[in-house]
Amino acid sequence: MQRFADLFTALDQTTSTKAKVTALAGYFREAPDADRLWTIALLSGRRPKRTITTTRLREWAAERAGLPLWLFEASYDVVGDLAETIALILPPPARTVERSLTDWIAWLKSLAALEEPDRKPEILAAWDSLPGPQRFVFNKLITGGFRMGVSRKLMTRALAAATDIDEARLAHRLMGDWTPETTSFSELVLSDDPADDLSRPYPFYLAYQLDDPPENLGDPSDWRAEWKWDGIRGQLIRRDGQLHIWSRGEELMTDRFPELRATLDHMPDGTVLDGELLAWDHEAARPMPFNALQRRIGRKSVPKKLLAEAPVVLRAYDLLEWQGSDLRAAPFADRRARLDALLDALPADAGIQPSPLVPFDSWEALAATRETARDANAEGLMLKRAASPYLAGRKKGDWWKWKVAPLVIDAVMIYAQAGHGRRANLYTDFTFAVWKGDELVPFTKAYSGLTDAEFRQITAWVRKNTLERFGPVRRVPPEHVFEIAFEGIQRSARHKSGVALRFPRMSRWRHDKPAAEANSFDDLQAMLATYG
Amino acid sequence: MLELMAGPVLTFTDRGIYCPAGDFHIDPWRPVDRALITHGHADHARWGHRAYLATDGAAPVIRMRLGDIALETIAYGTTRQIGDARVSFHPAGHVPGSAQIRVEVAGEIWVVSGDYKTVDDGLSEPFVPVPCHAFITECTFGLPVFRWPDPAQIAAEINGWWTANVAAGRFSLLGAYSLGKAQRLLAALDPAVAPILTHGAIENTNAVLRNQGYALPDTIRVTPELKPKDHPGALVLAPPSALGTSWAKRFTPASDAFASGWMALRGVRRRRAADRGFVVSDHADWAGLNTAISETGAERVFVTHGYTAQFRQWLESQGYDAGIVETDYSGEELDSTEDVVEAP
Ligand SMILES: [Zn+2]
Ligand SMILES: [Zn+2]
Repeated sequence: MQRFADLFTALDQTTSTKAKVTALAGYFREAPDADRLWTIALLSGRRPKRTITTTRLREWAAERAGLPLWLFEASYDVVGDLAETIALILPPPARTVERSLTDWIAWLKSLAALEEPDRKPEILAAWDSLPGPQRFVFNKLITGGFRMGVSRKLMTRALAAATDIDEARLAHRLMGDWTPETTSFSELVLSDDPADDLSRPYPFYLAYQLDDPPENLGDPSDWRAEWKWDGIRGQLIRRDGQLHIWSRGEELMTDRFPELRATLDHMPDGTVLDGELLAWDHEAARPMPFNALQRRIGRKSVPKKLLAEAPVVLRAYDLLEWQGSDLRAAPFADRRARLDALLDALPADAGIQPSPLVPFDSWEALAATRETARDANAEGLMLKRAASPYLAGRKKGDWWKWKVAPLVIDAVMIYAQAGHGRRANLYTDFTFAVWKGDELVPFTKAYSGLTDAEFRQITAWVRKNTLERFGPVRRVPPEHVFEIAFEGIQRSARHKSGVALRFPRMSRWRHDKPAAEANSFDDLQAMLATYG
Repeated sequence: MLELMAGPVLTFTDRGIYCPAGDFHIDPWRPVDRALITHGHADHARWGHRAYLATDGAAPVIRMRLGDIALETIAYGTTRQIGDARVSFHPAGHVPGSAQIRVEVAGEIWVVSGDYKTVDDGLSEPFVPVPCHAFITECTFGLPVFRWPDPAQIAAEINGWWTANVAAGRFSLLGAYSLGKAQRLLAALDPAVAPILTHGAIENTNAVLRNQGYALPDTIRVTPELKPKDHPGALVLAPPSALGTSWAKRFTPASDAFASGWMALRGVRRRRAADRGFVVSDHADWAGLNTAISETGAERVFVTHGYTAQFRQWLESQGYDAGIVETDYSGEELDSTEDVVEAP
């Protein structure tokens, strides 16, 4: 595993995209087939099954290091990564043994056949045979959380450089539900038969956030607008009489949405739709809040009651394949016209609706429409160039998200907690409150939005102004006011304040505002009444 | 009984650590009449006291930083009577001239460690355990995930990184504290690789230490007139906060790196977004803290700055009578801006 650990270290040690691609391409040229196939799998989120619970790993690591479990946990709180905590806390290896990445994964799978107590000596021996970086990578394998700071896009680019295969073609080959057990490197990467997997989705085309005024995009008649939904991006595939639904995270979710099965009766083979999965309020004809959808995706099988309480629809906005041919190179306007014709023919209860185009004739008018996005339970607008092809991955130029400005409230910081991992030596997690009379009512936490310099400044202040400690949490004097931006607000019985915010973050440090001038609990309630 | 009546040797006040028997403070953070100073870092040696006492080794840097102050010096191991207290200074291994301060009153001995490390950095006078009844210790890295690699291995990594940069036609920008860390790195660098350039804040300290007889390799001060292209492949040593500023931009192309104990954590390395992070600290790691404390033979331990809650609990579980003391010391702050503020 030395070679793989070296790759990991090389990727970890640089922030340059070019250097990452070079390191990865070098690895793909030299590593044996089985190892490179596993590397592709790991980098695209396909991990070996966990055979040991993290609870056991913590206990065994603490025991091996001769430390009480609470101290292991306290260290983990600071490091923020279990694999790393274990690698750091164990004594150095007694002797080192070299095994390939594929061998280690096979070994890991073989553990499944053992009783749990028999797995322990195996794991302890493995730990004791691996030097630092390899031990960390090994822990990543057994804990199943593999992230190497390399996007799929970079991985595909490096693989393209190493194999001389076109990047877009490779991206498509690597989609779908293959695993290293069901295929081989040559079958998956080198084989020229892309039709061999009928469930295989297309790489999603992702938009960037529009920061400039839309006027810079040119003539409005070259553009189309749609609502931007706050759901789950999904691809619906019907091929050879089968239905497949993929999330953008490339999870096959077909069984979670039984209400979409009816599609099979109405859509021909060789059809692929791109759209947004949403929990839908049929009466109000608008999406339910995101947590309704969350209840659905949290479970593999759906009870009847939940199916009735939070029915899901696909609001489709693109047609990627029609009658078995790939439409991605066609202009968006043409794909959209065919999509509308197809959806027109579907019965209303098929669970698929068009995500309607939002008409406009000037940017000014569209900006006004965008301001009403919250009424439609949308996050803003999507702008798509009428002539744009459907590209792979996040690309600038043809598609933009144009979100509505967030809601904001000025709140007082009352508790601070140190961050983990990236921010282990800084106070970054704060609790905020608003005034109810002369009492402060905590209503949200936030841990992002400030610059590193601001986090350093507030950290120094927290250290000097701690009033009380509760474990890792420090109570501080109510002196600093922050503007909290968020995307939505909802009633919540789980929160003491009775509200839950969606995506809260610190948008501004209000040095200009004394604590007494922060917003009140009544203000918060008024926002709940308006936007909840 | 006698001890109880006499009260503790040291007390903790809002000005700093205080000795009632000798009427002096140790590393106080507010102005006092008489301050005993462990070392020259800004969180320990502050401006505004009437009288200072520090080791011969620490004094020149303290003078450079604080200017014209009433500073008396003392050699390591020499005992001085102050009021009813007997005081002596002992090597802390933290930076050149740094000391632990031993205070003895009526036979009871307390030791204030200041900042310390137990590995020999090749430049600072190595740490010496001082037997005592009560030990006041920092615990900046008081968690078992902090285990410093062998200094020789780190030196090889840094020189290897530098050599590779020279081959690729790049400068090597290395961020390190201007007092202690920077000189310790200088002592570990292989001057045969290429020239070594230094930021003014570091070079000022270098000049003082060279003058005291500490052996440092030749360095070139970066001035506004300096032409980077006259020094191809140079390693540029600067305070961490100077990296990424316009000061550093003139050295392009460059690979940048930080040297700090925090670099042991992958997350911190990644947040700094530097090419490399070398694990080099002037504070004790987990094993260092535990060994140091055990070798003092102390029964009571007070922890000042760092992972105090966790470390105190650990010490309690090991049978010590341990407490936390709130101080204004800051440990090893990767993000300190102090160095650049002091740059000329
Ligand atoms: Zn110090
Ligand atoms: Zn300090």
